[in-house]
Amino acid sequence: MTDTTLPEALRNPDVGGPAQPLVIARDLVKHFPLKSKIPGRRAGVVRAVDGVGFEVRKGETLGVVGESGCGKSTTARLLMQLIEQDSGELIFDAQGVGSAQLPMKRFRSQVQMVFQDSYSSLNPRLTIEESIAFTARVHGIGAAEASARARALLDRVGLEPARFAGRYPHELSGGQRQRVNIARALVLRPRLVILDEAVSALDKSVEAQVLNLLLELKAEFDLTYVFISHDLNVIRYLCDRVMVMYLGKVVEVGDTETLYANPAHPYTRALLASMPATDPDHRTLVAPLAGDPPNPINPPSGCSFHPRCAMAEAVCARRAPALSDALAGHPVACLMAHADGGHSRQLAATT
Amino acid sequence: MTYLLRRIVYAIPILLGVALLCFSLVHIAPGDPLVSVLPPDASEELRRQLTALYGFDKPFLEQFVHWLTRALHGDLGTSIATNRPVMSEVMTAVINSVRLAAVATLIGFTFGCLFGFVAGYFRDSAADRTASFLSVFGVSMPHYWLGMVLVIVFSVFLGWLPATGAGPGGSGDWQWDWEHIQYMVLPAVTMSVIPMGIVARTIRALVAEILSNEFIVGLKARGLSELAVFRHVLKNVAPTALSVMGLQLGYLLGGSILIETVFSWPGTGFLLNSAIFQRDFPLLQGTILVLAVFFVLLNLLVDALQTLFDPRIQRN
Amino acid sequence: MEMTLKKPAAAPLVQRSPGYWTTVGRRLLRNKLAMLAALILLALVLMALFAPALMPSDPYAASILKRLKPVGTEHYPLGTDELGRDMLSRLMLGARLSLFMGITPVLIAFVIGSALGIVAGYAGGWTNTVIMRLVDILYAFPSVLLAIALSGTLGAGVGNALLSLTIVFVPQIVRVAESVTTQVRNREFVDAARASGASSLTIVRAHVLNNVLGPIFVYATSLISVSMILASGLSFLGLGVKPPEPEWGLMLNTLRTAIYTQPWVAALPGAMIFMTSISFNLLADGIRSAMEIKD
Repeated sequence: MTDTTLPEALRNPDVGGPAQPLVIARDLVKHFPLKSKIPGRRAGVVRAVDGVGFEVRKGETLGVVGESGCGKSTTARLLMQLIEQDSGELIFDAQGVGSAQLPMKRFRSQVQMVFQDSYSSLNPRLTIEESIAFTARVHGIGAAEASARARALLDRVGLEPARFAGRYPHELSGGQRQRVNIARALVLRPRLVILDEAVSALDKSVEAQVLNLLLELKAEFDLTYVFISHDLNVIRYLCDRVMVMYLGKVVEVGDTETLYANPAHPYTRALLASMPATDPDHRTLVAPLAGDPPNPINPPSGCSFHPRCAMAEAVCARRAPALSDALAGHPVACLMAHADGGHSRQLAATT
Repeated sequence: MTYLLRRIVYAIPILLGVALLCFSLVHIAPGDPLVSVLPPDASEELRRQLTALYGFDKPFLEQFVHWLTRALHGDLGTSIATNRPVMSEVMTAVINSVRLAAVATLIGFTFGCLFGFVAGYFRDSAADRTASFLSVFGVSMPHYWLGMVLVIVFSVFLGWLPATGAGPGGSGDWQWDWEHIQYMVLPAVTMSVIPMGIVARTIRALVAEILSNEFIVGLKARGLSELAVFRHVLKNVAPTALSVMGLQLGYLLGGSILIETVFSWPGTGFLLNSAIFQRDFPLLQGTILVLAVFFVLLNLLVDALQTLFDPRIQRN
Repeated sequence: MEMTLKKPAAAPLVQRSPGYWTTVGRRLLRNKLAMLAALILLALVLMALFAPALMPSDPYAASILKRLKPVGTEHYPLGTDELGRDMLSRLMLGARLSLFMGITPVLIAFVIGSALGIVAGYAGGWTNTVIMRLVDILYAFPSVLLAIALSGTLGAGVGNALLSLTIVFVPQIVRVAESVTTQVRNREFVDAARASGASSLTIVRAHVLNNVLGPIFVYATSLISVSMILASGLSFLGLGVKPPEPEWGLMLNTLRTAIYTQPWVAALPGAMIFMTSISFNLLADGIRSAMEIKD
């Protein structure tokens, strides 16, 4: 599905075939050191991403959910290679990212990101057209051609080029700016678009429009999405699979409908139960998630969720569960999912 | 607390750098550093003796270390021109300068605060515009010229105040009586103009900003009296105002040379002037070092006080 | 499957928004005080440029007999100085050196300081630490002291004075440049630019400069009046321009003793410095207000 109007060097053909995951992330670790007040004494580290591994399949929309501080944004930035991981591998369509097969600049033309803050992600001194055309210019496309592409994309996202191309970011509304950001992400026909809370800051009505636009664009441009959000309703609407993160680790991954109907991990269950009930006769009276949000500098021992888990037992404070595959195709990081986990209860396999 | 410790520790390399710079000044000067000491027809032997005496023949770093060690013991060498120890010359001058600068800062601070408050409270009124204009005036004023003009008006035309000097008996004895203070009036007023302008500007911006804070409106809505609002503004403005005052005091001390030259006030600036023109390097080095160190320490003090007053300030 | 985007026919832009600087310019033009200041400055610059043609007398022609004539003397509308030279002509010619010594150090410091500051701000890490600590040492001196210390040791002369003043202003501009660049660098559009695969140089050129040069420029303009006063101050102390060249600060110096005999003549050069300085400040204030566009 290549765009033949792009020069040869910028076309991004499918390399690995349909069965090959588009992205494979293995054991990504990113710790941020804290500034030590006393020189010589090492202060703590913020374990933002603590051994994260997952796959993104071609053509899907993978949702990533979790509370603030769980590491979703850091994972996104690692995926984009805006920051470099301390350890761990990133493989894009069977090629190592940054390797000789897939140099960084080439990688960047295939993966793009849309940020949450629509205003600060646009240079206030450049016109909309210039902002969008910049990515193309970076990769060698001439000025006139780049401008033409920019306008074509503006048109596609629903902003009339004649009226909008010459404007500046502060003259647009939040929803319009986010459309611009989407257009900018698509200039070079990337294969993967990461949306980091891209609609979180928009009014609900505008949010719906942008979500629908995203769905259309995905089909038309043959895109794969990674959609990060804390809004469980939007995730349900948009995503094929969902990945749940907690304190820098992946705790559950599964097919959307299955996950929402029968969440396996206690955290997922609590998260879904926290959504305000829409039926006034069945209000949620007790908050499902007890305790304080965790401290990424000093995470709890063993399973990081155990202080807030309704089903925690003594063994949970001692052992950290890995992602098990007991429930086929639906990895869960809980001792209850391991036959030899040491937990008295076991998760029943669900279909 | 740790910010403070860091600041203090950090000041040490700065002070070292400052000392190095001061020391190097002499060495970037063109010409022979001995030219002011040597008679023009000096013999080679004499020249060699003097070079050894002043240590000019040793490597740069060694000279620096020697100089620094002596300086830390309070020995800044001997003035070539007067043959008196540099340290005592500088200290006498410093006391004179501090007297003048302190008075000037107080005047500048008082009036600056006054104008600033008025301007900030009555924003966009005629009073505000006048105050703002006056502060631009103050900042754009070449103070050495102002000094001359004031001398013209008050000494030459009106004869009310003396034009130059620091007292009837020279700078030797100072008392806080009119006999002596009259010598201080013109230079202090002249010096106060620039800090006045800066203080007024800062305070005006600060007051206006505090008053426009939403929680002030909230306080007033809850019936807080004007006096209480004023006290609140005062509390918030005080730390910054005091730190600006401290900084201005530092600048006045460092930059006093121009005013002191106009009024022949025997302070460090005046000393610096004569050191330059007599190419009296030990004196020059010593004066600049003392002034710069003073300035660094003053900044440190101001920072410390500011953190004490306002715990929010956690600058990196 | 091939895919081509339908490109809309190149429709002319209905809405071409004015750029940032155009907007700033328009706002500035509406500021009457700033425009008045600009006019005064323009007049001074023109006077300086065309001084040789405009001067009524030879600024170097000295005559003991004609010493210290008051303002309003025939042939000498603004009097004569202590060597009998025409004040008006000397003031006009003196504008050249005074303006030059005021503006040039700031200009050079702007270029050098911005470069260093932007590099320090964008690169971060050790580069930043090294540059900023060096700047801190220079910054530890009060500017007047540093200028005088440098001038004093280098010796009198225009070149040395320019060098000293430039060295005084570079650290201040580096600080501002670094601070602004660091703020811009942390904005998400820089991340987006990095994500598009651009090199650091491209990003600085296309995204950082156009956001950073404005604030640095505004700060630099506020330094011009300080530079003028300082430069003239150096000449006043005998450290800058050497006689017999006319320069306002130097003229103040040589006329100092004349305050007892011809006070108004003696005060004239300072009035010129003051007028120029205040105009620069008003203009700089105007530019700053014009740039505070709420976006």
